[in-house]
Amino acid sequence: MGPSVPTDRELVERINTGESELLGELISRYEDRVYNLALRMMGNREDAEDVLQDTFLNVIRSLDRFQGRSSFSTWLYRVAANAALTRLRKQSKQAKSEDEFLDDVYSVKRAAQAGLKLPDWSANPVRELLNDEAMEQMNRAIESMPEIYRAVFVLRDVEELPTAEVAEIMDLSEAAVKSRLHRARLYLRNNLSDYFSERGAA
Amino acid sequence: MDCNEIFESLSEFIDEELSKKTCREIESHMADCRNCRVVVNTLRKTVTLYHSMPRERLSGPARLRLHKVIEIADSGDTGE
Repeated sequence: MGPSVPTDRELVERINTGESELLGELISRYEDRVYNLALRMMGNREDAEDVLQDTFLNVIRSLDRFQGRSSFSTWLYRVAANAALTRLRKQSKQAKSEDEFLDDVYSVKRAAQAGLKLPDWSANPVRELLNDEAMEQMNRAIESMPEIYRAVFVLRDVEELPTAEVAEIMDLSEAAVKSRLHRARLYLRNNLSDYFSERGAA
Repeated sequence: MDCNEIFESLSEFIDEELSKKTCREIESHMADCRNCRVVVNTLRKTVTLYHSMPRERLSGPARLRLHKVIEIADSGDTGE
Protein backbone atom coordinates (compact mmCIF):
# COMPACT_ATOMS: atom_id res chain seq x y z
CA MET A 1 0.00 0.00 0.00
CA GLY A 2 2.99 2.38 0.35
CA PRO A 3 3.18 5.16 2.93
CA SER A 4 -0.23 5.61 4.47
CA VAL A 5 -2.25 8.77 4.04
CA PRO A 6 -2.91 10.40 7.43
CA THR A 7 -6.46 10.05 8.75
CA ASP A 8 -8.49 13.20 9.39
CA ARG A 9 -7.86 12.79 13.09
CA GLU A 10 -4.09 12.52 12.60
CA LEU A 11 -4.14 15.63 10.40
CA VAL A 12 -6.09 17.59 13.02
CA GLU A 13 -3.68 16.49 15.74
CA ARG A 14 -0.65 17.57 13.70
CA ILE A 15 -2.24 20.94 12.84
CA ASN A 16 -3.05 21.47 16.51
CA THR A 17 0.55 20.76 17.48
CA GLY A 18 1.99 23.32 15.12
CA GLU A 19 1.98 21.95 11.56
CA SER A 20 -0.47 24.54 10.31
CA GLU A 21 0.74 24.07 6.71
CA LEU A 22 -1.42 20.91 6.72
CA LEU A 23 -4.61 23.00 6.94
CA GLY A 24 -4.71 23.23 3.16
CA GLU A 25 -4.80 19.45 2.89
CA LEU A 26 -7.60 19.17 5.43
CA ILE A 27 -9.62 21.80 3.56
CA SER A 28 -9.00 20.13 0.20
CA ARG A 29 -10.51 16.92 1.52
CA TYR A 30 -13.81 18.57 2.34
CA GLU A 31 -14.18 21.80 0.33
CA ASP A 32 -16.36 20.28 -2.40
CA ARG A 33 -18.66 18.56 0.07
CA VAL A 34 -19.07 21.69 2.19
CA TYR A 35 -19.59 23.79 -0.93
CA ASN A 36 -22.30 21.48 -2.26
CA LEU A 37 -24.09 21.47 1.10
CA ALA A 38 -23.88 25.28 1.25
CA LEU A 39 -25.05 25.64 -2.35
CA ARG A 40 -28.16 23.51 -1.79
CA MET A 41 -28.97 25.33 1.42
CA MET A 42 -28.31 28.86 0.17
CA GLY A 43 -29.49 28.50 -3.44
CA ASN A 44 -26.74 30.55 -5.11
CA ARG A 45 -22.98 30.37 -5.60
CA GLU A 46 -22.07 33.69 -3.98
CA ASP A 47 -23.75 32.89 -0.68
CA ALA A 48 -22.44 29.31 -0.86
CA GLU A 49 -18.87 30.61 -1.19
CA ASP A 50 -19.42 32.90 1.79
CA VAL A 51 -20.71 29.98 3.86
CA LEU A 52 -17.72 27.91 2.75
CA GLN A 53 -15.34 30.63 3.96
CA ASP A 54 -17.27 31.13 7.22
CA THR A 55 -17.12 27.37 7.80
CA PHE A 56 -13.36 27.02 7.45
CA LEU A 57 -12.69 30.26 9.33
CA ASN A 58 -14.75 28.82 12.20
CA VAL A 59 -12.84 25.55 11.82
CA ILE A 60 -9.41 27.18 12.31
CA ARG A 61 -10.78 29.14 15.26
CA SER A 62 -12.13 26.08 17.03
CA LEU A 63 -10.04 23.18 15.73
CA ASP A 64 -8.15 22.92 19.03
CA ARG A 65 -11.49 22.23 20.71
CA PHE A 66 -12.27 19.29 18.40
CA GLN A 67 -12.54 16.45 20.91
CA GLY A 68 -12.76 13.54 18.56
CA ARG A 69 -15.96 12.35 20.21
CA SER A 70 -17.60 12.38 16.79
CA SER A 71 -15.79 11.93 13.48
CA PHE A 72 -14.14 14.99 11.99
CA SER A 73 -16.60 15.02 9.07
CA THR A 74 -19.62 15.04 11.43
CA TRP A 75 -18.06 17.88 13.39
CA LEU A 76 -17.31 19.78 10.16
CA TYR A 77 -20.85 19.29 8.81
CA ARG A 78 -22.12 20.71 12.08
CA VAL A 79 -19.94 23.82 11.71
CA ALA A 80 -21.03 24.15 8.06
CA ALA A 81 -24.76 23.70 8.75
CA ASN A 82 -24.56 26.30 11.51
CA ALA A 83 -22.71 28.72 9.24
CA ALA A 84 -25.43 28.32 6.60
CA LEU A 85 -28.27 28.69 9.13
CA THR A 86 -26.65 31.81 10.61
CA ARG A 87 -26.47 33.44 7.19
CA LEU A 88 -30.00 32.39 6.26
CA ARG A 89 -31.37 33.91 9.46
CA LYS A 90 -29.59 37.19 8.73
CA GLN A 91 -31.07 37.30 5.23
CA SER A 92 -34.67 36.62 6.30
CA LYS A 93 -35.51 35.91 2.65
CA GLN A 94 -38.77 34.62 1.23
CA ALA A 95 -38.89 31.20 2.93
CA LYS A 96 -42.38 30.15 4.01
CA SER A 97 -43.57 30.34 7.59
CA GLU A 98 -43.89 27.00 9.41
CA ASP A 99 -47.71 27.24 9.20
CA GLU A 100 -47.80 27.90 5.47
CA PHE A 101 -45.26 25.14 4.96
CA LEU A 102 -47.23 22.57 6.96
CA ASP A 103 -50.39 23.59 5.17
CA ASP A 104 -48.65 22.76 1.87
CA VAL A 105 -47.25 19.50 3.28
CA TYR A 106 -50.68 18.19 4.20
CA SER A 107 -52.49 19.46 1.10
CA VAL A 108 -51.92 16.04 -0.51
CA LYS A 109 -53.72 14.37 2.38
CA ARG A 110 -56.67 16.74 2.03
CA ALA A 111 -56.79 16.18 -1.73
CA ALA A 112 -56.77 12.40 -1.25
CA GLN A 113 -59.47 12.59 1.44
CA ALA A 114 -61.62 14.74 -0.86
CA GLY A 115 -61.47 11.89 -3.35
CA LEU A 116 -59.40 13.74 -5.96
CA LYS A 117 -57.39 11.57 -8.32
CA LEU A 118 -53.75 12.41 -7.59
CA PRO A 119 -51.55 12.87 -10.68
CA ASP A 120 -48.97 10.11 -11.16
CA TRP A 121 -45.74 11.09 -12.87
CA SER A 122 -43.62 8.42 -11.20
CA ALA A 123 -43.37 6.14 -14.23
CA ASN A 124 -41.40 8.71 -16.24
CA PRO A 125 -37.66 7.92 -16.43
CA VAL A 126 -35.35 10.16 -14.39
CA ARG A 127 -33.48 11.30 -17.51
CA GLU A 128 -36.73 12.63 -19.00
CA LEU A 129 -37.87 14.38 -15.85
CA LEU A 130 -34.56 15.85 -14.78
CA ASN A 131 -33.82 18.67 -17.24
CA ASP A 132 -32.31 22.08 -16.39
CA GLU A 133 -35.71 23.66 -15.83
CA ALA A 134 -36.76 20.88 -13.45
CA MET A 135 -33.51 21.18 -11.48
CA GLU A 136 -34.06 24.91 -11.19
CA GLN A 137 -37.56 24.19 -9.89
CA MET A 138 -36.18 21.62 -7.42
CA ASN A 139 -33.63 24.09 -6.06
CA ARG A 140 -36.23 26.87 -5.71
CA ALA A 141 -38.47 24.40 -3.86
CA ILE A 142 -35.70 23.65 -1.31
CA GLU A 143 -35.21 27.38 -0.79
CA SER A 144 -38.88 27.97 -0.07
CA MET A 145 -38.83 25.60 2.93
CA PRO A 146 -38.23 26.86 6.48
CA GLU A 147 -34.52 26.58 7.38
CA ILE A 148 -34.67 23.60 9.70
CA TYR A 149 -36.47 21.43 7.10
CA ARG A 150 -34.06 22.61 4.47
CA ALA A 151 -31.04 21.61 6.58
CA VAL A 152 -32.39 18.16 7.47
CA PHE A 153 -33.43 17.43 3.88
CA VAL A 154 -30.13 18.53 2.34
CA LEU A 155 -28.05 16.53 4.82
CA ARG A 156 -30.19 13.41 4.49
CA ASP A 157 -31.33 13.35 0.85
CA VAL A 158 -28.72 15.42 -0.98
CA GLU A 159 -25.60 14.61 1.05
CA GLU A 160 -27.09 11.17 1.78
CA LEU A 161 -25.93 11.02 5.40
CA PRO A 162 -27.51 8.44 7.74
CA THR A 163 -30.28 9.57 10.10
CA ALA A 164 -28.10 9.11 13.21
CA GLU A 165 -25.40 11.39 11.80
CA VAL A 166 -27.90 14.07 10.78
CA ALA A 167 -29.33 13.90 14.31
CA GLU A 168 -25.86 14.48 15.75
CA ILE A 169 -25.09 17.34 13.34
CA MET A 170 -28.39 19.12 13.99
CA ASP A 171 -28.64 18.32 17.68
CA LEU A 172 -32.00 16.64 17.18
CA SER A 173 -33.37 13.24 18.16
CA GLU A 174 -33.52 10.65 15.37
CA ALA A 175 -37.32 10.78 15.60
CA ALA A 176 -37.25 14.54 15.03
CA VAL A 177 -34.94 14.11 12.03
CA LYS A 178 -37.29 11.50 10.54
CA SER A 179 -40.41 13.58 11.02
CA ARG A 180 -38.78 16.71 9.55
CA LEU A 181 -37.40 14.73 6.65
CA HIS A 182 -40.82 13.24 5.92
CA ARG A 183 -42.49 16.66 5.88
CA ALA A 184 -39.77 18.11 3.67
CA ARG A 185 -40.10 15.22 1.21
CA LEU A 186 -43.89 15.56 1.10
CA TYR A 187 -43.59 19.29 0.50
CA LEU A 188 -41.08 18.78 -2.32
CA ARG A 189 -43.20 15.98 -3.77
CA ASN A 190 -46.25 18.26 -3.86
CA ASN A 191 -44.20 21.00 -5.49
CA LEU A 192 -42.84 18.62 -8.14
CA SER A 193 -46.28 17.15 -8.68
CA ASP A 194 -47.69 20.60 -9.52
CA TYR A 195 -44.73 21.29 -11.77
CA PHE A 196 -44.80 18.00 -13.67
CA SER A 197 -48.58 18.19 -14.06
CA GLU A 198 -48.22 21.59 -15.70
CA ARG A 199 -45.40 20.29 -17.86
CA GLY A 200 -47.64 17.45 -18.96
CA ALA A 201 -45.56 14.64 -17.48
CA ALA A 202 -48.40 13.34 -15.31
CA MET B 1 -54.69 0.21 8.24
CA ASP B 2 -56.22 3.24 6.54
CA CYS B 3 -54.65 6.13 4.57
CA ASN B 4 -54.36 8.28 7.69
CA GLU B 5 -52.53 5.66 9.70
CA ILE B 6 -49.90 4.97 7.07
CA PHE B 7 -49.41 8.56 5.89
CA GLU B 8 -46.82 9.53 8.53
CA SER B 9 -44.81 6.33 7.97
CA LEU B 10 -44.35 6.58 4.23
CA SER B 11 -40.78 7.97 4.32
CA GLU B 12 -39.73 5.18 6.67
CA PHE B 13 -41.50 2.78 4.33
CA ILE B 14 -39.52 3.90 1.28
CA ASP B 15 -36.29 3.98 3.34
CA GLU B 16 -37.04 0.35 4.39
CA GLU B 17 -36.89 1.21 8.07
CA LEU B 18 -40.16 -0.41 9.14
CA SER B 19 -40.79 -3.89 10.49
CA LYS B 20 -41.78 -6.57 8.00
CA LYS B 21 -45.22 -6.72 9.55
CA THR B 22 -45.86 -2.97 9.10
CA CYS B 23 -44.51 -3.12 5.55
CA ARG B 24 -46.92 -5.92 4.69
CA GLU B 25 -49.82 -3.93 6.14
CA ILE B 26 -48.88 -0.86 4.10
CA GLU B 27 -48.43 -2.95 0.96
CA SER B 28 -51.81 -4.59 1.39
CA HIS B 29 -53.44 -1.16 1.87
CA MET B 30 -51.67 0.18 -1.21
CA ALA B 31 -52.91 -2.71 -3.32
CA ASP B 32 -56.46 -1.39 -2.85
CA CYS B 33 -55.80 2.36 -2.65
CA ARG B 34 -54.69 4.14 -5.80
CA ASN B 35 -53.96 7.50 -4.11
CA CYS B 36 -51.66 5.96 -1.50
CA ARG B 37 -49.84 4.11 -4.30
CA VAL B 38 -49.38 7.40 -6.15
CA VAL B 39 -48.10 9.18 -3.02
CA VAL B 40 -45.59 6.40 -2.31
CA ASN B 41 -44.40 6.16 -5.92
CA THR B 42 -44.07 9.93 -6.44
CA LEU B 43 -42.47 10.38 -3.00
CA ARG B 44 -39.90 7.72 -3.88
CA LYS B 45 -39.34 9.35 -7.27
CA THR B 46 -38.88 12.76 -5.63
CA VAL B 47 -36.08 11.36 -3.46
CA THR B 48 -34.52 9.64 -6.50
CA LEU B 49 -34.60 12.91 -8.47
CA TYR B 50 -32.84 14.81 -5.69
CA HIS B 51 -30.27 12.00 -5.38
CA SER B 52 -29.71 12.22 -9.14
CA MET B 53 -29.03 15.96 -9.28
CA PRO B 54 -25.40 16.46 -10.30
CA ARG B 55 -23.13 17.68 -7.52
CA GLU B 56 -21.47 20.97 -8.21
CA ARG B 57 -17.75 21.32 -7.60
CA LEU B 58 -16.10 24.48 -6.39
CA SER B 59 -14.68 26.55 -9.26
CA GLY B 60 -10.90 26.98 -9.55
CA PRO B 61 -10.91 30.71 -8.68
CA ALA B 62 -13.24 30.13 -5.69
CA ARG B 63 -10.93 27.37 -4.46
CA LEU B 64 -7.93 29.72 -4.65
CA ARG B 65 -9.86 32.45 -2.82
CA LEU B 66 -10.79 30.04 -0.04
CA HIS B 67 -7.23 28.81 0.49
CA LYS B 68 -5.91 32.39 0.43
CA VAL B 69 -8.45 33.58 3.03
CA ILE B 70 -7.63 30.66 5.31
CA GLU B 71 -3.89 31.16 4.92
CA ILE B 72 -4.17 34.84 5.86
CA ALA B 73 -6.51 34.11 8.79
CA ASP B 74 -4.23 31.34 10.05
CA SER B 75 -1.03 33.41 9.86
CA GLY B 76 -2.89 36.18 11.73
CA ASP B 77 -3.78 33.65 14.41
CA THR B 78 -0.27 32.37 15.01
CA GLY B 79 1.28 35.84 14.77
CA GLU B 80 -0.53 37.06 17.86
